Amino acid sequence: MTVLLEMNAIQKAFNGVPALSGASVEIERGEVHALIGQNGAGKSTMIKVLTGVYRRDDGKITFNGHDSVLTNPREAQAAGIATIYQELTLVPLRSVTENVMMGYEPKRFGAFIDWPAAHARTREILTRFGIDIDVKMPLGSYSTAIQQLVAIARAVSLDAKLVIMDEPTSSLDSSEVKTLFGVVRSLREAGVSVLYVSHFLDELFEICDRVTTMRDGKTVGCARLAETTKLDLIAGMLGRDTSEITEAGMTEFGGGTAKKGDILLEAKDVATGPRLTKFNMTLHRGEIVGLGGLLGAGRTEAARALFGVDPLRRGTISLKGAPAPSQPANAITAGLGYLTEDRKAEGIIPDMSVRENMTLALLPRMTKGGQIDRARERKIVQHYIDALGIKTADMEQPIRELSGGNQQKVLLARWLAIEPDILILDEPTRGVDVGAKREIQLIIRNFVDRGYSVVLISSEFEELVEGADRIVVLNEGRCITELTNPGVTEHKLVQALAQTSEASA
Amino acid sequence: MLNSDAFDLRKYVQRNSQSVAVWIALLALIVFGILRYDNFGGSYNFGSFLNYNSMFIVIALGMCFVIITGGIDLSVGSVAAFSSVIAAYLSPYGLEVALPLALLVGMTFGAFNAFCIIALRIPPFIATLATMLGAKGAALVISGASTVAVDWGSNFTNMGMNKAFDLFPWSIIIVTIVGIALWIVLEMTSLGRTILAIGGGEDASKLMGLKVNRAKAFVYIISGGCAGLAGVILASGFGAGQPLEGVAWELSAIAAVVVGGTLLTGGLGSIPATVAGALLLGLVFNILNFENGRGTISFSAYWQMVIRGAFLFAVILFQTRMTKGRKSKGASA
Repeated sequence: MTVLLEMNAIQKAFNGVPALSGASVEIERGEVHALIGQNGAGKSTMIKVLTGVYRRDDGKITFNGHDSVLTNPREAQAAGIATIYQELTLVPLRSVTENVMMGYEPKRFGAFIDWPAAHARTREILTRFGIDIDVKMPLGSYSTAIQQLVAIARAVSLDAKLVIMDEPTSSLDSSEVKTLFGVVRSLREAGVSVLYVSHFLDELFEICDRVTTMRDGKTVGCARLAETTKLDLIAGMLGRDTSEITEAGMTEFGGGTAKKGDILLEAKDVATGPRLTKFNMTLHRGEIVGLGGLLGAGRTEAARALFGVDPLRRGTISLKGAPAPSQPANAITAGLGYLTEDRKAEGIIPDMSVRENMTLALLPRMTKGGQIDRARERKIVQHYIDALGIKTADMEQPIRELSGGNQQKVLLARWLAIEPDILILDEPTRGVDVGAKREIQLIIRNFVDRGYSVVLISSEFEELVEGADRIVVLNEGRCITELTNPGVTEHKLVQALAQTSEASA
Repeated sequence: MLNSDAFDLRKYVQRNSQSVAVWIALLALIVFGILRYDNFGGSYNFGSFLNYNSMFIVIALGMCFVIITGGIDLSVGSVAAFSSVIAAYLSPYGLEVALPLALLVGMTFGAFNAFCIIALRIPPFIATLATMLGAKGAALVISGASTVAVDWGSNFTNMGMNKAFDLFPWSIIIVTIVGIALWIVLEMTSLGRTILAIGGGEDASKLMGLKVNRAKAFVYIISGGCAGLAGVILASGFGAGQPLEGVAWELSAIAAVVVGGTLLTGGLGSIPATVAGALLLGLVFNILNFENGRGTISFSAYWQMVIRGAFLFAVILFQTRMTKGRKSKGASA
């Protein structure tokens, strides 16, 4: 086999912040190559540099024997690199034929589209992948899986030499995944290479030849899947040597010290959809329960279920012995708070001031006869600005002008201010600097020490292991096991994940 | 100010830069008019200008609320026309009957819009477009497609024609009261805060437990009520219910709101700046009329529209440039 693509020592920075610093990947012809890494490891930046969306600052790319200087996605497509994005970029209201042929339709008399030929050609392309559908129907009338396969078929019909798949299975069910894998295999047989980005490690062992692991913008390893283990891959992503994963004591958290109070929140066999199928958890007063797992394991879905955002399809959730509310507004009244993972889309209201952002959830309790009690509002806001050390010019500054860490503190204050019994924190320290991170962890600890409870979600195993009193481990939407502090180490958590995914494979 | 920090004009301007443009343009135009034309600043021009524009101002106020939530209300012109006909029919019973009932009619249209948008999940553009067509047709049906004379014997025309303090009609007083009330709602109440939050992020607002649907229903009902009030002013000021009026009023209102610095995507907006925007658009016509009156140049009504369009474009351009400077500053911070 010969090398199709070589990306070497790629550098890329945004506003002086390095996103890639010496990342490399090498793909052979007809190889299915996996690319893995945690959020922020640089996978998508790497893909965007390859496809010309971003310009690299430094480094070398050789594709198909030539030095590559792609400057936009169109050129990448012409050179034979096709990208299948998570969100499909086809036109669902138009027919399958139009989607496959768009821009390359067979013509009659040089101007009119030859529809019979176009349909026939489309059918022929799809049959090669074992797809037999009515090509005259709108693409949107077919399942996501079929749409994805059509996208791949279009790419290959345009003579792609490399197909990039970004999380292709995240919205597919298991039989659809099988069909997709069949297509991937037939691509490999046809000599087409595939760059396969996925968080689901089991899939990689089933379909990929080699795997490149990235962390903090660097490539940290490349191995044949036949010669590696899940434990090695997870350890590589987290930056821990498997033999060295120990209790490090590097955060301000002190998990496992809580005395158990009465049960506040209890979830039994909860399912809300394909991404959360069996979730069990109990939360006592004065306790931090962590939800552990890889991306896509169903942690955020579990949080949304607990807060009453997503309706339950199965199972029950009880809050202080009564059925839990099914609306966020009622959940808040009942004593819950939910700091969302997606700070930009579901957290801050960018044009509103620090003051307004902080008191939004508190409004019902701060209003007298419809009027906001401004004096009280200012007092509360000032209290939290001081208590949490929020760095802002004044409380009227628009929140979008604050740094990520300070935005996060404002959102934390928003929930602390309503004095909830239970706070659900989804990635509370993501994207904040080290200093702010420790402060936020201290705030959480103080909150719990005052007798309140926390459900903590974190992709950083260190934070979870040291912060939580217990960790509920999830994998592919199901609760797998529960680890109790003291005594939990990153090693044990990683092992639990590796073993459970092996067991379920 | 309730703010305990010292008031900092520079900071205030910087944070409200999106509505600064309209105030500058409005002031400049007024100064220009007073310097150039003899009777421009006189009480007659003042009164008649406000009288004519009070309808557009009140419609723009309702529209401002809708747009802040990220929605749109295209039905306001037709609803105003419909309620002007209703008000004219009810005029024999006096203002105290005609005004509240015509208001109620407007709010009912607003409630119907709200129902379509919130319960049936029809996009605001489509839902209010349907109401616009429906209300227009209904106005023509009940009026027989001609103007409906009001009863001059009752007190109905007092509102649009009798002057308060010998200066301007009572309708201006009513619109001012409505404006101040809506301003207070937006700036001082949790409902107002919720409306602003919805435009900034509806998902985030729901997750914060804000009563999103209630607030959205409120803005459409208010917008309908404002249109109803405009209809009463129309009938009272011109002595007839006018089923054929109201064409393109929604566009004037949207223009006024946008000139006032309210983002069409929602989340930001100001009641005083919306009033300024409506005044500004009216003032361009007023100035052009004075210019024609001087006799040197004559702009036809069609040219006046072209000039108003160009003026609108210039103000928006000025505004986006100021906002852009502010936005990029925020991003790099």
